[in-house]
Amino acid sequence: MDLIELRDIYKTYHLGEVDLPVLKGVSLNVRHGELVALMGASGSGKSTLMNILGCLDHPTSGEYWLDGREISRLTAQEQARLRNRMVGFVFQNYNLLPRTTALENVLMPLTYTKENLTEHQMRQRATELLQKVGLGDRTDHQPSQLSGGEQQRVAIARSLVNRPRVLFADEPTGNLDSRTSEEILQMFQELNSAEGITLILVTHDPNVAQHAQRMIRIKDGLIEKGTSQHESRGTP
Amino acid sequence: MRTMLTMLGIVIGVAAVITMMEIGNGASIAIQRTIASLGANTLVIVPASANIGGVNQGIGSMMTLTPQDADAIINECSAVGSLAPIVRARTQVVYGNRNWVPTYIYGTTPSFLQVREWTDMDEGETFTEHDVRNSSKVCIVGQTIVSELFGGQSPVGKEVRVRNVAFKVIGVLRRKGANMMGMDQDDILLAPWTTIKYRVVASSLAAANQSTTNSSSSTEVNTLSQIYPNIQQNLYPVPSSTEQADVPQPVRFANVDQILAAARSGSQIPFAIQQISTLLRQRHHIRGTDPDDFNIRDMTEITKAMSSTTALITKVLLCVATISLVVGGIGIMNIMLVSVTERTREIGLRMAVGAEPGDILRQFLTEAVVLCLFGGTMGILLGRGSSYIVSSVLHWPTAASVGAIVAAVVVSASVGIIFGFYPAWKASRLDPIEALRYE
Repeated sequence: MDLIELRDIYKTYHLGEVDLPVLKGVSLNVRHGELVALMGASGSGKSTLMNILGCLDHPTSGEYWLDGREISRLTAQEQARLRNRMVGFVFQNYNLLPRTTALENVLMPLTYTKENLTEHQMRQRATELLQKVGLGDRTDHQPSQLSGGEQQRVAIARSLVNRPRVLFADEPTGNLDSRTSEEILQMFQELNSAEGITLILVTHDPNVAQHAQRMIRIKDGLIEKGTSQHESRGTP
Repeated sequence: MRTMLTMLGIVIGVAAVITMMEIGNGASIAIQRTIASLGANTLVIVPASANIGGVNQGIGSMMTLTPQDADAIINECSAVGSLAPIVRARTQVVYGNRNWVPTYIYGTTPSFLQVREWTDMDEGETFTEHDVRNSSKVCIVGQTIVSELFGGQSPVGKEVRVRNVAFKVIGVLRRKGANMMGMDQDDILLAPWTTIKYRVVASSLAAANQSTTNSSSSTEVNTLSQIYPNIQQNLYPVPSSTEQADVPQPVRFANVDQILAAARSGSQIPFAIQQISTLLRQRHHIRGTDPDDFNIRDMTEITKAMSSTTALITKVLLCVATISLVVGGIGIMNIMLVSVTERTREIGLRMAVGAEPGDILRQFLTEAVVLCLFGGTMGILLGRGSSYIVSSVLHWPTAASVGAIVAAVVVSASVGIIFGFYPAWKASRLDPIEALRYE
């Protein structure tokens, strides 16, 4: 069973009298443990697609199967719970809480988790994750005291704290220099190969896409032929 | 810094409420104390007004209360705690070359001081039952008499002449000040009622100044007949011979002008009134439907009048203070709205990692309530401090009240909840995608 399956997804924005179709019938599959790059120019609909994949938005029509469950018609509350358990986000601008330490930033999603962990267990999990991303000795630093690359690593640790099934990274290296970008991308690869975390990188940079096992191209609201299925299945 | 300024509205509002309530509380307690010092549980029993030839002689002009009535009341009415019969006089008191007409000359028994809660003497001692039985010519005086007749020196052991009857001063009363009607309570001379009645006052027309009833005919200096020798001056209607014959002459009737009684407690006052009323009707042989030949008065109407004034003032002050609290609340709402706008990205992020709208609502509402509670606490401290300053500098009475503090805490929490709700609700309704994109 595939982790993600989109069937004929349409997304149309209604702006007053004008309808703006953004996704015009997208279908794709992602298997457990894949490292996928979602590529497209601006305006191609890749951000909209990512929002739908990340359960932040509803498709106008179509089906979205995540881990065997159809989730295109959930309420906002149910979507929030799903995001908490299943999905992790890494953003281009890191989106860390200012004036809070790295450890507290990583702990933040746990305040919304319905699972009962003790204070101690939560701190332990957060510390381990920070160690894994190489910031074990900087847990009490605030974002203003960290470099861009370090902030992004904190963001990655935060995205993993609830042990999600899939991680979405939206232009994760957009604000970083080439060397730091390389470090971050390698970290993604490690997480994918060692931990088996499914990763979807959204980017317009071909260099970033190189680091992925598979590329899905989107143009004008449609997936380009040849990329909607993973390689082993072949193309219809 | 911005938080501090926002809280200031709440701090000032709460402080104002606390100060106003404490001042109001203090004022009403002060009034209660004044009333208590006048004998809040006191009842005054006076005879009804007499009617001679169709002319109403004024309240107390009938002569129907007796010292035996007084004894009966204290013995048989359980709700009455203490009691004193009073014979009033209004005449001149002379000492050496100084003279004075005291506002109150009361002939009474030693229990008078108990009824009026005036048992501390400044100097000397009070007269006793023995003195009453023997009509001893002793008296005790108030502070005003001391200053008017004795120039502030101790009068104990000295002799004064009350309407030409010599009295020895054996004690001085503690200062009491003016009563609610503005009469000087210290302008008083107390003596055994038997002495005043039988040695000083020939009859008991207490309201009339004894000196002037004789003024038309006496040959003393400065009487009207001396000033206007050729004209017959009559200050009071002269009864014709028939009228005089019709008025019963209670020659043997030893009566008192008033009876002052104190109920055992405030709650017993109506019961006491009822008991005394029944007893006196019985003793005076008043038939079922006939009106009482006496009046019983209590202090509660005056108490109520004073209390209602202070209550009104307190309410007005509270309204003003509440308005300032509302203004403070609006400030809170304003700053919370700004805060929500500034933290839009953060809200979007929290929603993206799994915060439900309810979680966001709760988070911001809690922040508003905490802000208000903190401001409220500081307001309570400031309020107590300023009411302390008011009481020590302006000497207005203030009383701390736990009720006000509890109310202040509740009110600040409510202000936080009410005025913080709208911004929190707005925050919870944000769309995570747009919020994340917000610059």
